[in-house]
Amino acid sequence: MSAPPLRARRATRRDDTRLALLFILPATVGLVTFYFWPMIRGLWLSLTSWDLLSPAEFVGLQNYRDMAADPVFWNALRVTALYVVINIGVQTVAALLLAVLMQRLSQSTLLRSLVLAPYLVSNVVAALVFLWILDFQLGIGNQLLTWLGLDRIGFFTSQTWAIPTIALVNVWRHMGYTALLIFAGLQTIPHTVYEAARMDGASETRTFFRITVPLLRPILGLVLIISVIGSFQVFDTVAVTTNGGPVDASRVLQLYIYDKAFAQFDFGYASALSVALLVLLMVVTFVQYRITRAGQTDLN
Amino acid sequence: MRTTTLRPSPTRRRAAAIAATAAAAVALAGCAGSSTGQQQVTLDYWLWDANQLPAYQTCVDAFEEQNPDLHVRISQYGWDDYWRKLTASFVAGAGPDVFTDHLTRYPELADRGLVLDLSTLEATAGVDAGEFQEGLADLWTGQGGELYGMPKDFDTIALFYDAALIEEAGLSPEDLETLDWNPDDGGSFEEVIAHLSVDANGVRGDEDGFDADNVEVYGLASNGSGGVDGQTQWSWLAGSTGWTFTNADVWGTEYNFDDPRLQDSLEWLFGLVDKGFMAPYEEVGTEPNPQQALGSGRAAISANGSWMLPSYASLEGIDLGIASLPSGPVGHPVSMYNGLGDSISSQSEHPQEAARLVRFLGSDDCQVLVGQAGVVFPARPAGTEAAREAFADQGLDVSPFLDRVENQDTLFFPVTRSYGSITALVTPIMDEIYIGSRDVATLTEVNAQVNDMLAGG
Repeated sequence: MSAPPLRARRATRRDDTRLALLFILPATVGLVTFYFWPMIRGLWLSLTSWDLLSPAEFVGLQNYRDMAADPVFWNALRVTALYVVINIGVQTVAALLLAVLMQRLSQSTLLRSLVLAPYLVSNVVAALVFLWILDFQLGIGNQLLTWLGLDRIGFFTSQTWAIPTIALVNVWRHMGYTALLIFAGLQTIPHTVYEAARMDGASETRTFFRITVPLLRPILGLVLIISVIGSFQVFDTVAVTTNGGPVDASRVLQLYIYDKAFAQFDFGYASALSVALLVLLMVVTFVQYRITRAGQTDLN
Repeated sequence: MRTTTLRPSPTRRRAAAIAATAAAAVALAGCAGSSTGQQQVTLDYWLWDANQLPAYQTCVDAFEEQNPDLHVRISQYGWDDYWRKLTASFVAGAGPDVFTDHLTRYPELADRGLVLDLSTLEATAGVDAGEFQEGLADLWTGQGGELYGMPKDFDTIALFYDAALIEEAGLSPEDLETLDWNPDDGGSFEEVIAHLSVDANGVRGDEDGFDADNVEVYGLASNGSGGVDGQTQWSWLAGSTGWTFTNADVWGTEYNFDDPRLQDSLEWLFGLVDKGFMAPYEEVGTEPNPQQALGSGRAAISANGSWMLPSYASLEGIDLGIASLPSGPVGHPVSMYNGLGDSISSQSEHPQEAARLVRFLGSDDCQVLVGQAGVVFPARPAGTEAAREAFADQGLDVSPFLDRVENQDTLFFPVTRSYGSITALVTPIMDEIYIGSRDVATLTEVNAQVNDMLAGG
């Protein structure tokens, strides 16, 4: 081991590219093996008829033609969109308020940890707990409603309520995490801006809408993009609570893909559905990126 | 699938010596049976019912004693995980050698060549259908006469009730024994269900002023819409009108959802919701729990399968009774008749050894042991009798289940192709009928779609 010469050479060569590549390598292997390769294979499978066990048979665009004429697919898109609108709408507003309250009122780390707590509960557990709380007959949620003199609600068992309920369960779980992301963004806004606002006699509300929100835009944009992508892929909460029912009221796209593949062995068609979801997400993300101008900041 | 080869480690001579001795011992022991050489063959056996695991472990122990060259490893996975894992294991080529199979699943497995024809294997070649309860072997026989599963057990439907609740209503358990039913006015079965329903003010369903929107006790427990087979929900009602699922006992090519007898039966059953005699869909959702409804006094009578006997028997605080299904327009009750079987994976590296296990699982030796555990009805008459006695020891008279088979008042489970796609189509539709947002008459159009799937699948 000739340590000194090595150190000397290091000092002269400042190029860390090789080392960087070495560090990136493990992640890249994972990305290629578990993301890119399955994606390419999925694209190919979407052009085939494949039941998993016998060899795939090339059918061209047939799966996509079937999809265009499949009422369950269109229903799944509608149901998923409704879910995303409720989920993201409520979650973003609630998280923003939480984040601002955390910044303006309290610096307590304990409070921040508490806000994050629901996020640490697994999706399936959260869904099961709410399934019990909101059970039509035995749930404490419905018991409360009857005490208040209201009618019981079939939260997970009525076609009207199923999607809003699932969306709000996930708001409860993700709100704290989103709030923390936004809170981190709030820290990037210089105090001087707020001091100036106070000097000018701006009210708290006015400061929020004229300073906080505009300066937070890039962060909000990013948070929205990430949470919308996650929201479109809702699966486990639905699988645990309603399994797509009542009828097709909560048959979201991911659940339909899963059902086609693993219950009906129609992997070709399921792949085509997945490609549709991929394209949809790419379009939605692109539009969001452009609208929120998430790549630029107004701070400088 | 995997074999445990006792291979001496090259680095440790002592271990090698021990291993060699062990291998020789195994080989010697193996000579007694039809040994495959210097190795003990390990067979993987999968099942889904945790209640049955101890019974089958006893069976497998007895099998290993008789077959020292074979070792059996049992794995148990819950029903939902089971089929997912099985599918995945077939893709990975790492599945079980022998697995418990279901009538709704095996046609698709057989179509894809994943299960072996037992009649082509030495140990299972000469199986006589007459060894099992009437008709069970037919359920496992393919269209070309192949045997895809060795019958292991069967199940039928009967009515569970809480005797205390019945007596409180001024009825006796004997009154439940002679009920009749028809789709028009529900017969004496509906009268009893009505009488057992009680609203919040204590008014019974057959009295004036019964509030159907505010019911405390439902006469009949709901087990959901029943999807494509209505096994515990409506198959016994429709079956007792003479209706059958398809145009043949097994491997039908057309379903009969367009038959007015089925549609009238469904109309009667789901009509109970408006009358206040059965819980609405809203209350039970996609995961109905009728045994809980019975146990908590929410429902008075619950129709369910014999495989649920251990669950109902373990309900606390109720005096459990079992009654026959009501007699229908055909003049007697009709129950769905379903049976599980043991199948051999075509990916097994040891099909002949697997066949020896399957033969044993389907023998009196094993099935009497399973019967004695009192959890399920084994497929062989001797096993069935052992189960009857075991249940009697638990204080349960299971003849309402067994009478259906003895009198052949049975309706076969629909064994057809494309079951997965048909289920996906029909289940939401049955839910809509239960909810009340779809007319039963529309099943006629649905039937045409189902038959197209069968023809195309």
